[in-house]
Amino acid sequence: MIRKTVSNVEEALKGVKDGMTFMLGGFGLCGIPEMAIAELVRLGIKNITCISNNAGVDDFGLGLLLQKHQIKKMISSYVGENDEFERQMLSGELEVELTPQGTLAEKCRAAQGGFPAFYTPAGYGTEVAEGKETREFNGKMYVLEEAFKADFAFVKAWKGDEAGNLIFKGTARNFNPCMCGAAKITVAEVEELLPAGSLDPNQIHVPGIFVQRIFEGKGYEKRIEQRTVRKRD
Amino acid sequence: MLDKNGIAKRIAKEVKDGYYVNLGIGIPTLVANFVRDDISVEFQSENGVLGMGPFPYEGDEDADVINAGKQTITTLPGASFFDSATSFSMIRGQHVDLTILGAMEVAENGDIANWKIPGKMVKGMGGAMDLVSSAEHIIVAMMHTNRAGESKLLKACSLPLTGVKCVKKIVTNLAVLEVGPEGFILLERAPGVSVDEIKAATEGNLIINGEVPEMKVD
Repeated sequence: MIRKTVSNVEEALKGVKDGMTFMLGGFGLCGIPEMAIAELVRLGIKNITCISNNAGVDDFGLGLLLQKHQIKKMISSYVGENDEFERQMLSGELEVELTPQGTLAEKCRAAQGGFPAFYTPAGYGTEVAEGKETREFNGKMYVLEEAFKADFAFVKAWKGDEAGNLIFKGTARNFNPCMCGAAKITVAEVEELLPAGSLDPNQIHVPGIFVQRIFEGKGYEKRIEQRTVRKRD
Repeated sequence: MLDKNGIAKRIAKEVKDGYYVNLGIGIPTLVANFVRDDISVEFQSENGVLGMGPFPYEGDEDADVINAGKQTITTLPGASFFDSATSFSMIRGQHVDLTILGAMEVAENGDIANWKIPGKMVKGMGGAMDLVSSAEHIIVAMMHTNRAGESKLLKACSLPLTGVKCVKKIVTNLAVLEVGPEGFILLERAPGVSVDEIKAATEGNLIINGEVPEMKVD
């Protein structure tokens, strides 16, 4: 067994520097790497590029990095729900590359799987396709999209083991598995870190080969963005 | 004239037995409330769930189980969770049978604009571009006119496009229309709405073939 455990978030983020490109898992505030984000805020590194489906809310998730003006560029599919984000974008402080959600996921998966690029129909004929190669296959038009290149991927899982194997819960899975192994170093934070042999190999969502460092996070807030409920009869 | 629930009710009639359906935010979300009980349908949310159920009971909400609108949800028997790349394989690979989404503008050739108002609203396209470029059946749910009273069914979209030549059917508060080779074909009128009213509210080419029936909502 190859051990991937590190003792804490400080050790897990060793090597992060100004100007790097990071992938961060999560959809909205669901399944985001809360510990890694807090450590990036504490380290105060600047001019970073973040690949993340969303940009958090004003006072949580990536919003915390935006508040401190640490982000130079965001690559996302949807960035509503964040006033500070909008302000920085409209004033030109923040560069934003809006990417269709399926393309964003596939650009991660391509990086993970060793594909330099792929064709997708998403965005053909729109401003997303401007300046990109297009090609017809079987009578339909497609846009050539390139795999992401990133220095670190920060992902959050439910359970993990010393070998770096991961299991996710519910829709907190989202972009996290696609980002594992898609950057030079993948850092996984988990709610529960277990000894090797504790997880059933049949139930692993991401094999440990895609993960370089794993640690257990403490005190997850797991904030709910839209609490929608129905009354009991 | 229909209200938002009326539009959702009419669209629910388009949902067939055995369909996997992706619902957008807004009016499309309401469609789930009106699908007949005697057919089997599964709702997909692009953040990674198939077999979505209703909102949870108070106190049962789980931060790890949400829909693409970031609302807490439940799952039904037979449901599954998956990652974002798998989710869009379902969409891009045309395994999802029907996409229902809102729009700011639709053009008579089937172009759709629903993600950006330059200088005003720049929130992003989310999964809309993937959905409209891939789905075999796309139904647009929207009001026939905008808040200023201007038609949303146009000769050509003025806003940045989400997808080209992809919309097949539109259900508005005034009518059900199909996008044909020469423009919007008027299929049904909403209760109490005349053909002339629909004509007046439609900027794009409106094709009327004979008597246009009034839609049955219930």
